[in-house]
Amino acid sequence: MSKLKFYLPVLGFVVVAIALWRGLYLDTKTLPSMLIDKPLPSFELTSVDGSGVSNSDLPGQIFLLNVWGSYCLPCLIEHPTLMRLSEEGNIPVVGVNYRDRQDLAIDWLQENGNPFSFSILDESGRFGIDLGVYGAPETYLVDADGVIRFRHVSVLDETVWQEQFLPAIAELRAEGT
Amino acid sequence: MIPEVGQFSLILALCLSMILATLPIIGAYQNNFLWMSMARPLSAGVFVFLGISIAILAYAFVTDDFSVQFVAHHSNTLLPDRYKLTAVWGGHEGSFLLWTFMLAGWMLAVAIFSKSMPLEFVARVLGVLGFLITGYILFMLATSNPFDRIVPLPPVDGADLNSALQDFGFIIHPPTLYMGYVGFSVVFAFAMAALLSGKMDAAWARWCRPWANVAWAILTLGIALGSWWAYYELGWGGWWAWDPVENPPLITWLFGTALIHSLAATEKRGVFKAWTVLLAILAFAGSLLGTFITRSGLLTSVHAFAADPSRGFFILAILGITVGGALLLFAFRAPLMKSEFGFDLISREILLLSNNVILVVAAASVFLGTLFPMVYQAITDDLISIGPPYFNAIFIPLMALLALLLSIGPYTRWKRTSKTYLVQQLGKVALAALVLGVVLPLLVTRQISLPATMAVAIGLWILLAMLQDIVNKTANKATRLKGLRALSFSYYGMQMAHTGMAVMLLGVALTSSFSSERSVLLSPGQDVGLGNYVFRFDGVASVNGPNYIGEEASFTVFEEGEEIAILHPERRIYLATNTPSTEMAIDAGFLRDLFITLGERKEGDAWSMTLYVKPFVRWIWLGAIFMTFGGILAAADKRYRRLRRKQTESNRSQGKSNTLGGELQASS
Amino acid sequence: MSSSGTFVNRKVLLLIAAIVVLLASVLLPTTAHSQVDTFDFDTNEQQDRFRTLSDELRCPMCQNSSLSGSTGGVAEDLRREIHRMIMEDMSDGEIIQFMFERYGDFILFRPRLTGATVLLWFGPLLFLLIGGLFAFRIWRRARQISDSDTQLNKSQQDRLQALLGEKT
Repeated sequence: MSKLKFYLPVLGFVVVAIALWRGLYLDTKTLPSMLIDKPLPSFELTSVDGSGVSNSDLPGQIFLLNVWGSYCLPCLIEHPTLMRLSEEGNIPVVGVNYRDRQDLAIDWLQENGNPFSFSILDESGRFGIDLGVYGAPETYLVDADGVIRFRHVSVLDETVWQEQFLPAIAELRAEGT
Repeated sequence: MIPEVGQFSLILALCLSMILATLPIIGAYQNNFLWMSMARPLSAGVFVFLGISIAILAYAFVTDDFSVQFVAHHSNTLLPDRYKLTAVWGGHEGSFLLWTFMLAGWMLAVAIFSKSMPLEFVARVLGVLGFLITGYILFMLATSNPFDRIVPLPPVDGADLNSALQDFGFIIHPPTLYMGYVGFSVVFAFAMAALLSGKMDAAWARWCRPWANVAWAILTLGIALGSWWAYYELGWGGWWAWDPVENPPLITWLFGTALIHSLAATEKRGVFKAWTVLLAILAFAGSLLGTFITRSGLLTSVHAFAADPSRGFFILAILGITVGGALLLFAFRAPLMKSEFGFDLISREILLLSNNVILVVAAASVFLGTLFPMVYQAITDDLISIGPPYFNAIFIPLMALLALLLSIGPYTRWKRTSKTYLVQQLGKVALAALVLGVVLPLLVTRQISLPATMAVAIGLWILLAMLQDIVNKTANKATRLKGLRALSFSYYGMQMAHTGMAVMLLGVALTSSFSSERSVLLSPGQDVGLGNYVFRFDGVASVNGPNYIGEEASFTVFEEGEEIAILHPERRIYLATNTPSTEMAIDAGFLRDLFITLGERKEGDAWSMTLYVKPFVRWIWLGAIFMTFGGILAAADKRYRRLRRKQTESNRSQGKSNTLGGELQASS
Repeated sequence: MSSSGTFVNRKVLLLIAAIVVLLASVLLPTTAHSQVDTFDFDTNEQQDRFRTLSDELRCPMCQNSSLSGSTGGVAEDLRREIHRMIMEDMSDGEIIQFMFERYGDFILFRPRLTGATVLLWFGPLLFLLIGGLFAFRIWRRARQISDSDTQLNKSQQDRLQALLGEKT
C-alpha cells in the first residue's frame, strides 16, 4: 500500500479530467420543466380580447401552449411556424401573453397575424410563474386531458417542429390520448 | 500590416519557447553546459516577443483599428483612452495573451534572480515554464488568435467595451489576479525540476519559498481586488458570490496557503517533502482549472467568456499533459523523498500539518461544490444549483477552526513543545479574548450578540497572542527596540499575514451580522433614516459623459444632526450599446461604508432607491492587504539574500559544471 | 550586492501600489447594476425573511445570480411572489416548496439533501476524516523516526565506544 498511495493523486486526476471532458458536452442553459406529466395549472383570467377564459376553454385535444410577448424578437421569428400550424388546423395553438400590455399585444396580433385560438392575458406574469416560465418564447405540448407532456424553450422553428414536436405528438397519439 | 507583425511575434515567441521546452531539459540530463545555458537567453527572448505582441494589440486598440476582430468586438471610438488600453484584457483572446505574457514575465524573473541556483536546476525550471508557454501560444494560434482580421469589410465602429468593465476595478483586478495566479506556475516548475532530477532537499525548499510567498501575496491581492470590485460594481453590498469562476482562484489560494506553510517545514526540518511537491502541483492545477472553467463554457456564470467547446478540449489537453504528467512523475519519484526527522504530537510540525489538512479540505470542498452541478447533470440529466448557503456552511466552520489553531503555531517549537508551556502562555490570551469578546460588542451596541462575540473573540485571540509573542521575543535584548530590530523579516511577515487574517475574519463576520439596508421611494426634499444615519434626497440633474448620458442624484447624509457626506449615485445609458447601468455612490470609511443605489423614476419626481450601512466591510480588504505585505516581507528575508550571495560566490569558484546534490551538501 | 537592492525595490513598489489601491477605494466613484423594489412589510422579521429568501433563491433566467441581485423579468415577479407569500403568513419552507414545484432544484442555491446530494453535503466531512487519517499516519511514522533518533545505530555506537576508549 505504501508505494501505491502515491498513485492516488494521478488516479483522482484522471477521474476529474474525464468528468470535465464529459461536461463539455452538456447543455447547462436549458432548464427542464417541473410540470412534465402534470396537469396544466388552473386559471381564471381574461384573454387578450377581453373575454373571460379558464381551463374549460382549452381545446379537448392535443394542443400547443405558446408563451409570447410583443416585445419578444424570437417570438416574431417563430411566428410563421405558428401561423402555418393554425392554418392547417390539426394542432390548436393557445397563447399566453406574458408580461405584456394588452393594447400592445392586440396591436402586435393585428400587425402580424393571430395564430392563437385565444391568448391568455398574463400582464403580471403570475400565470407564467405557475407554469415555470423563465422567458419568452416557450412552447408547451399539452395532451387532450390537459396534462403537460413536453416543453421547448426558445424559438420554435420548422426544424424543432420536425425533430422534437412531431415525434412527441406521434407518441401521444399512439398512446391514445 | 501591424497586427500581422503582432501575430508573427507570437510565432517567434512560440519557436523560442519550443526550443526552451526541450534543449535545456535534455541538456540537464546530459550535463550539456551549452544547452543548459541557453535557457536564460531563450526566456528573455520569449518575454520580448510576447511583449511586442501585446504592445501591438494595445496599439491596435488605441488607434481604433476595427479591422482586427478582437478590437471591433471590445472597443469603440467613443471609449475613453484608458479603457481602450485595458480592453486588451476585455475578452477571451486578449486576456489569454495577457495571461501568457505574465507567465513570460515570471519566467524572466526566474532567469534573472536565480544566479545562486545550480545551472542544471535553473535549466529544468525554465524548461518547464517554456513548455507551458508553448502550450499556451499553440492554444492561441489554434483557437483564440487576438490578431484575427475582419475581411473584407471591417466595421466603421466597434461594439464597445461592456459597460461593467469601464471602470477602475477592471484596470487593476485582472492583471493583478493573473500575476498571482500565474506565479504558481513557477512553484510548479520548481516542483517539476525536483521530480525530474529525482532529488529534493532543504536547499530546494529554501529557493522555492520566496517565489511561493510572492506568488501567494500577489494572488491574495488579486482576489481581494476582485472582491472589492464586485462589491461596488454589483451594487447590493455583496463581496463574494461563490461563483464558479471566482472559486478556482480561491482553490489555488487555499492550496497555495497550505504550500507556503508546508514549505516552512520542508525547509527547516526536511519533512513533508513529497507532500509539498504535491501541493505545488495542485495549486498550479487550480490555475489551469480556472482557465478551463472561464473559457470553455462549462459552467454558467457572470464572469464566463463566450463559450466555445473546442477551446475547452484544447485546455483540457494542456491540463492532462501538464498536471497528469506531473502527477504521474510524482507517483514514480515521490516515494524516494523521505522525511529526515521525526516530531512529537505537540510540535510546530503538527500545527503545520493541521493547517494543511484544514486548507486542503477547504479547497477540496470548494472544488466539490463547484463541479458537483455538472457531474449531477451528467448523471441525472437534471440541473441543480449550489450557491452561497452551501459554501458558507462548509467554509466558515473550517476557517474558524483554522483561526483557532493559528495562534498556537508561533508558540510551538520544532519537533517538541511542552504542553504546559503552551497552556500557560495561551491560557491567559484565551481568557482575555473571551472576556473582551463579550464586553466590547456590549459597549458598542448595547446588546449581547453571539456572532459579534465569536468574531471579536477569535480576532482578539489571534491579535493578542501575536502581541504577546512579540513581547516575549523582545524580552531578552538590551532594549525592546533592539529586540524588535533583531526579529527577522520572515517573522514579521508571518505576524503581519496572520494579523491580516484576523482583520479579514473580523470584517467578514461583523459585516455579515450587522449590515442593514432599506429600499424606499423618495421625492426631493424627503429623508429617511437607517441605523444612526439620516439620508436626505436633494434632487436629480442630467449628466453627459464621454460615451454615456444619465441622471445624477444628490444626497446629503447626516449623523446625529451633523452633515457627514454628500453622495451622487447615477443612472446611465451607454450610447454605443444602449445599455442602462447604475452607478452607486459610496461613502467609504474605516469603520463602515454607507452607500446608495438609485432605482428608477416613479410617478412625479419620486425615485426608488436602496440605502445601505455596512460596518467593517473595508476590513475584509484591509486584511487582505496585510496578508499581501506579510507575504512579500517574508520573501524579502535576509537569509535568502545571504544564501544567494554565498551561492553565487561558490558557483564562481566551482567553475562551469554544477550539480544539484553534492555541492549543496557542502555549503548548507 | 545589487540583489538585496532589487528585492527592496520590488517590495517598495508593491507597497506604493497597495496604498494607491486603498486610497482609490476611498475616493473613486463606482458602477453597479442592481434592482430596487420597494415592498412594505409589517415587521422587521418579515423584511429579514424576504432578504434571506431572495438571497437563497436563484434567478432562473440569469447567469448565477440570486433573486436579490437580479434586475427585471422573472426575478422581479418572483420577488413579488415572495412578498405576497410572506404577507400571507406562509412559512419559509412553504415558500421554498412553491418555488421548487415550478422551477425545480435549479432555483435553490441551498441544494436539498437527497440520495444524490448526500455526497455533496457529507463530502467535506469525509474529506476531513480522510485528511485526519493521513495526518495521523504521518505523525505516527514521524514519532517512530523521532524515537529512533534518540538511539544510536550500530556504527554510531562503535564510534562512541572508540571515542570513549580514546579518552580514557
